[in-house]
Amino acid sequence: MSESVFNIFINTLLANNFVLAMFLGLCPFLGVSGKLDTAFPMGLATTFVMLVASLCAYGLNLLLGHFHLEFLRLISYIVIIASAVQLVEMVLKKYSPGLFRALGIFLPLITTNCAVLGVALFQTSREYDFIQSVAFAFGGGAGFTLALVLMASVRERLQLSNVPSVAQGTALSLMLAGILSLSFMGFAGLGG
Amino acid sequence: MTTLTAPRSWDEFMEGVWRQNPLFVMVLGMCPALAVTVSAVNALSMGLATTFVLTCSCLLVSLLRKLIPKEVRIAVYIVIIATFVTVVDYAIQAISLALYDALGAFIQLIVVNCIILGRAEAHASKNPPLPAVINALGMSAGFTLGLFALGSVREILGAGTLFGVSLFGPNFQPWVVMLLPPGGFFVLGAWLLLFSWWARRGLGKPVKEAVEHV
Repeated sequence: MSESVFNIFINTLLANNFVLAMFLGLCPFLGVSGKLDTAFPMGLATTFVMLVASLCAYGLNLLLGHFHLEFLRLISYIVIIASAVQLVEMVLKKYSPGLFRALGIFLPLITTNCAVLGVALFQTSREYDFIQSVAFAFGGGAGFTLALVLMASVRERLQLSNVPSVAQGTALSLMLAGILSLSFMGFAGLGG
Repeated sequence: MTTLTAPRSWDEFMEGVWRQNPLFVMVLGMCPALAVTVSAVNALSMGLATTFVLTCSCLLVSLLRKLIPKEVRIAVYIVIIATFVTVVDYAIQAISLALYDALGAFIQLIVVNCIILGRAEAHASKNPPLPAVINALGMSAGFTLGLFALGSVREILGAGTLFGVSLFGPNFQPWVVMLLPPGGFFVLGAWLLLFSWWARRGLGKPVKEAVEHV
C-alpha cells in the first residue's frame, strides 16, 4: 500500500465518491438533501464524526491487533462511533440550537450512517497508515458533503418544476442520484 | 388457539413481505441493497445474511426486553446486532471465500442497516419472542425479495444472465451501466415508480401513504 496521500484524497472525493459510487450513507443523503441550509452543516457534522472515528479506529486496531482480539473490531468501532456522535450532538445543542432542531432525528442517525463505519472498515481492510487514514476520512467526508450539497441544490431547483405526481418523492430522488452518479463516473481513473 | 393465532401470524408475516416492505415501501436499508445487487446470487446471499442477523437479534432483544434499561437500550441493541454480524461475517468467510470477496465490507455494514435497529426498537422491544421472530422473518423475507428483485433485473439487463445462466444468447448487447453504480439508483427508482403507480390505481392504499410519508 504505497498510494500517495493526495491520490487517496482525490480518489475518495471524486472517483470513488462514498455516496454516488460506493453507496454508503444513502439514508441521510436522501433524507437531509431537501434544503441547502441543512445539507451543508449535516455534511460537516458527518465529516467531523468520520475524522474522529477514523483516528479512534486506527488506534483501536493497533490495540486489538496487539492483544489478538480482531473479532471484537466491529463491536468496538460501532461503540466509538456512537460516542463520537453523542459528542457532536452535545456541542451542536450548546452552540447552535437552531441547527440542532433542523437536523432533528438525522443527527443521532449519523451513528447508523454506513459511510462512517465504512471509513473505519475500509481503512482497516486496506491497511492504510496513520496519514493515509486521515486523508481517506477527510476525502470521504468531503465527498459526502459534496454529494449532499449537489443533491440539495438540484432538489431546490426541482421544486419549481412540474413533476408528474407518480414520480414525486423517493423515486424521483433516486433517479436524480442515478444521473449524478452517472456524471461522477466521468472522474473514473482520476487519482489512480 | 392455533386456529385463532395462525392467520394472525400469517398476517404479521405478510405485513413485512408486502404492505410494509422495508425496501420498496419504507425505503430503508438502501446502502447494502444498491451496493451488492449486481447479481442475483449476491443479492440472495446478502438477503439471507440479513435474515439471520435480524431474526437472531430480534429474538434476543425480545427475550431481554425487561432487563435492558431504557436509557442505554440503543447501545445494547447495537452491541447485540454487532455480535451476530460478526458471527455471519466469519461464517461466510468459512463457507465461501469468493462470496466473501464479492460482498466485501457490506457484510460488516449490516450492523448499520436501519431495518435491523428499526425492528429491534419498534417491534422486538415491545413484544414477546414469538411475534417478534415472526415479524422479523416477514421483514427479512420482504427485504430479501426486494434485493432479489433488484439483483435479478440488474443481472438480466447488465449481463444478460440470471444466476450465471445466459438468457438471450450470444447476440445480446449487455447494458453495462446497469452493473455500475448509476444502474442501481435507476433500477431502484424504477421499482419505486412502479410501486407508487400501482398504489395510485387504488390497489394498495397503505403503500401510497407510506411512500409519501417517507
